[in-house]
Amino acid sequence: MSSMEKYISSVVKSVPPSGIRKFFDLASQMQGVISLGVGEPDFVTPWHIREACFHALEKGYTMYTSNHGLIELREEIALYQKHKIGVCYSPEDEILVTIGVSEAIDLALRALVEPGDEVLVPDPSFVCYAPGAVLAYGKAVPVKTFNRDQYRLKPEELEKCITPRSKILILSYPSNPTGAIMHKEDLMALVDIIIKNDLIVIADEIYSELTYNGSHVSIASLPGMRDRTVLLNGFSKAFAMTGWRIGYACGHPDIISAMKKIHQYSIMCASIMGQKAAIEALRNGENEMKKMVESYNYRRRIMLAGFDDIGMSCFEPKGAFYCFPSIRCTGMSSEEFCERLLEEEKVAVVPGNAFGACGEGHIRCCYASSVSNIEEAISRMGNFLNRHRKA
Amino acid sequence: MELKKQILNLIAHQAKLSPKLIATMLGAEEEAIVRAIREMEEDKIILGYNTVINWDKIGSDGVTATIEVKVTPQREVGFNGVAERICRFSEVRSVHLVSGSYDLSVVVDGRDLKEIAAFVSHKLSTLDEVQSTVTHFVLKTYKVDNFVFEDAREDERLVISP
Repeated sequence: MSSMEKYISSVVKSVPPSGIRKFFDLASQMQGVISLGVGEPDFVTPWHIREACFHALEKGYTMYTSNHGLIELREEIALYQKHKIGVCYSPEDEILVTIGVSEAIDLALRALVEPGDEVLVPDPSFVCYAPGAVLAYGKAVPVKTFNRDQYRLKPEELEKCITPRSKILILSYPSNPTGAIMHKEDLMALVDIIIKNDLIVIADEIYSELTYNGSHVSIASLPGMRDRTVLLNGFSKAFAMTGWRIGYACGHPDIISAMKKIHQYSIMCASIMGQKAAIEALRNGENEMKKMVESYNYRRRIMLAGFDDIGMSCFEPKGAFYCFPSIRCTGMSSEEFCERLLEEEKVAVVPGNAFGACGEGHIRCCYASSVSNIEEAISRMGNFLNRHRKA
Repeated sequence: MELKKQILNLIAHQAKLSPKLIATMLGAEEEAIVRAIREMEEDKIILGYNTVINWDKIGSDGVTATIEVKVTPQREVGFNGVAERICRFSEVRSVHLVSGSYDLSVVVDGRDLKEIAAFVSHKLSTLDEVQSTVTHFVLKTYKVDNFVFEDAREDERLVISP
């Protein structure tokens, strides 16, 4: 077959392939693998939410919705955000329902980035921000975060990265892959820099319900930040609804309107069945969600205690459902560690450098897995470390 | 008391959790967990530990019935007198006083239909306070104490995802 490479856009070509694809291919061909490499809840969507979807189908809700999403859903989102972070958004023109937060990230970047603009992305962080910036003809600039700071974004590191072209700062806390959270004072320390440099913040708060030591604080709730923040959230993590693909953006009407323009021509609207289920999640899902969070917290402690037992150094993650231990004691790179762990012990974890250069020397382990899986995986990792520990 | 409730919430459905693991899960000391469980056992807050068994899978052919019992409450002891008498039969697995059209809900285990029928006609119905009984034999079990009997599906999530 002749190559069609020359037809592919140079922008698309400039985006490197996903760093975890290789491990996915390796791990999914193997039998008996215990995976701590997943990135989603191990719960099925609570039954009452699934039932709301059946009901919607029975009633014949199979049509398009408004580009913005169902008004009832936007009203529930407004109430929820007011209750959770204390910020009021108008359901009429300040909320847009999207196909998961992933679409919302893409829309926000495309709506805001001029060619050549710089998007400041925490390093390490979720894999889609930097490619998203590039696909929007911008430039991704990693802002280093470190284990010694529990992977919080520090003002001095942010300032180092700012240039006249800096336009957007991504804040994704609680963090995938590190489990880091930003306390109110950590966010306060960034506000002056953000305002002085006229930055817009894209706050991806998809893990906001999954915090284990006090509640999540949103940068949108801080003085002067509401209109500068595009707040993104969704249902995947809190309500175990990853496959439904329902997320949303909240923000200034001018920004939401620009995002809606792209959304209406590329997507039209999120599926109505998913939106109906999301309404049920917000109206009646709090109890089930709290139980799931409690269960993650148990397993977070089990994983941390396990790493401690096998002598693997890990800072205490206070959010999301990931631990991000250091593997420096083996002298291996993250990728080598993950490949050999998979081959020798059949445990799948994700190399930290897949999330940015600052993730090197670490691995991401997800504790949204059964207690027996976590214990077995850690015991196998203990065997691995015993063989490969350097001094 | 808060710690005790947290422990109970965990072991209510997983009696085999070790004190060490419970301590890790709750961020408490193992010794405190052991002490709390011992106290709850002594105080009869924890009465015992049962096992949820799918007997069908091992080819056992016992029979279970739920019996609705209407009774005449007695002076001074109300429903308690007769309920306590019913509890003493070893065939009886559980007894609840319930609201609605009958008074006591009694669950009985037996080797076969005949054995349960004999229990109802000879032992239960003949009690002076018992006015009437309605026996429902269990035909199939779907869920017991939060455990669903059909085999759980395997983890179908992507092995690795971002």
